[in-house]
Amino acid sequence: MADRTTLGFIVAAVALAAAGPFLPKWLAYLIAVSAALALVVSGVVVLMRAGLVSFGQGLYFCLGGYAIGIGGRYLGLTDAIGLLGLGVVVSVAVAAVLGLLLARYREIFFAMFTMAFSMILYGLISKSQALGSTDGFNIAPATLAGVRPAAEAAQLWIYWLCVALAAACGAVLNLYLRSGLGYGGDAVRGNEIRVEYLGVSAHRLVYVKYLIAAALGSLGGGLTALISGHVGPDMAYWTTSGEFVFVALLGGTSNIAAAYLAAFLFELIKTYAFEYAPYTWQMALGIVLLVIILFLPSGLWSLAARRRA
Amino acid sequence: MLELLAVLIDGVTYAAWLFIVAAGLTLVYGVMRILNLAHGSLYAIGAYAAASALGLYVAKGFAPWGMYPLLVVCAVVAGIVAGLAVERGVLRFMYGRDPVVMLVVTYAVLLILEDVIKLVWGVDAYTAYQPYQLLGRVQAGPLSFATYDLALVGVAALVAAALWWVLERTRRGKLLRVVIHDTEAASALGIDVRRTYIVTFAAGATLGAAAGALTAPAVSVAPGLGVEVIVVAFAVVVIGGLGSVAGAAAGALLVGLARAAAVHYAPEVELFMIYGVMCLVLALRPEGLFARPPPRKI
Repeated sequence: MADRTTLGFIVAAVALAAAGPFLPKWLAYLIAVSAALALVVSGVVVLMRAGLVSFGQGLYFCLGGYAIGIGGRYLGLTDAIGLLGLGVVVSVAVAAVLGLLLARYREIFFAMFTMAFSMILYGLISKSQALGSTDGFNIAPATLAGVRPAAEAAQLWIYWLCVALAAACGAVLNLYLRSGLGYGGDAVRGNEIRVEYLGVSAHRLVYVKYLIAAALGSLGGGLTALISGHVGPDMAYWTTSGEFVFVALLGGTSNIAAAYLAAFLFELIKTYAFEYAPYTWQMALGIVLLVIILFLPSGLWSLAARRRA
Repeated sequence: MLELLAVLIDGVTYAAWLFIVAAGLTLVYGVMRILNLAHGSLYAIGAYAAASALGLYVAKGFAPWGMYPLLVVCAVVAGIVAGLAVERGVLRFMYGRDPVVMLVVTYAVLLILEDVIKLVWGVDAYTAYQPYQLLGRVQAGPLSFATYDLALVGVAALVAAALWWVLERTRRGKLLRVVIHDTEAASALGIDVRRTYIVTFAAGATLGAAAGALTAPAVSVAPGLGVEVIVVAFAVVVIGGLGSVAGAAAGALLVGLARAAAVHYAPEVELFMIYGVMCLVLALRPEGLFARPPPRKI
């Protein structure tokens, strides 16, 4: 509990949850969307700490979203928690198989193979008429703990769900990244062969991190689907995964909280950029990305860390 | 038997297209160790340049045979301009970084170029079917093929031969192979590595733009054209082994034939064929068909 980041997550969650009913609708929406995005991005950060850049987290983002849609549509499952759980189980199962192959690869190979796998899912869904092809489909409203909330209250429920899940995952991830297993990732990035000499399996470390990232991606995708009420194959397109990488680099990987702040910043700017500069929005992203790589390779978080030091 | 012939010809024509796209990608990786995600955007720039130039050319009513040299000129000009802009404007500030950081850098370049394309050419689709139509179709019994597609096979063979000749038979190619083998030793021997990089990237960009320009008459040129290409091109390149031109040719043939077979016999698995072949090859040879495994460094 002495850890400031963990404490910060708990305080922020309580404050945001309490403020929920009084926030203007657009802000509550923005916070919920950012929380969902932050979950996916924190998965990317976990991998990045081990030196692995995944250009395919959209795979699990999409699986999580479609689990919500398919569960409600075909399986008669309506409970939000149950649906999110279903998505996580499916995603981790898929990751457990793909991870066997992916854990052997590093650097650009890892990046491009994760991309290829997410593009396979994109193709699968785009060709499936039953799943709405390239348009996707609207998901049925979910219930919470057996209750079907009214439309107005539902948004607040989902907001609370997002905040609670994001904060809980953030706190746990923070503890994980500061444990021996978590630092193992930094060691793999530093020098994999020395890790092996120390008797630790780099392969297994990467495999576990990949599973964690898959679960987080799925949770984020599921929450995004609950918020927007719609899922589509674009969730698995590789440019979606590229956005996750962008947000992870924007925040930096030294502290898991950076992913949360960067996600909020990203969603905030995106809202306005789409309105005022629809044709130059991607260009702005690209330029910001180059500026970060050149001048701020540890992300925005390093600005705060530098000031403290 | 007839179906087999159709598969063979479809496969080879698709492979020709794949090879032209993949050759530029693998050349740049081989020399510079940069996997260029923006290669697809260069492809799109080539396609847009060709489609809009052809539109003007046809509207003016010039001689129709001139369309083919125009395609080549468009590809070379667009490729060199865009390639130099990317290399001089962005990449040269990033040399020496991790390959995976370079991957993200080229992703940023892709984001920028996608919007530049929209700003220059708008969001409407361009069509320039005239060169495709003019060549007509070839009848082979009951089968019929577009002559333009068959001509593409000749172009791909020409590109392959030219690359082989430059790399293996000229002084410049020999110097290039020295740079590939060991950058530091090359610059110690007085080879201008900086210039090699500039030329290589411009050449790679030109190959990408050429693939786009040659495809433009066969498709409708619209936003998002280039974003799809990179994933397929990467699959081809990685099957052959990153950085190997011969590998790109082998990968293109494998993928082309596999895809054509899927289209004819099992259309529902068409999409997986590319990745299926990729996974199969990598399971057997993790470095690809033509690349040697890197030495372990402690």
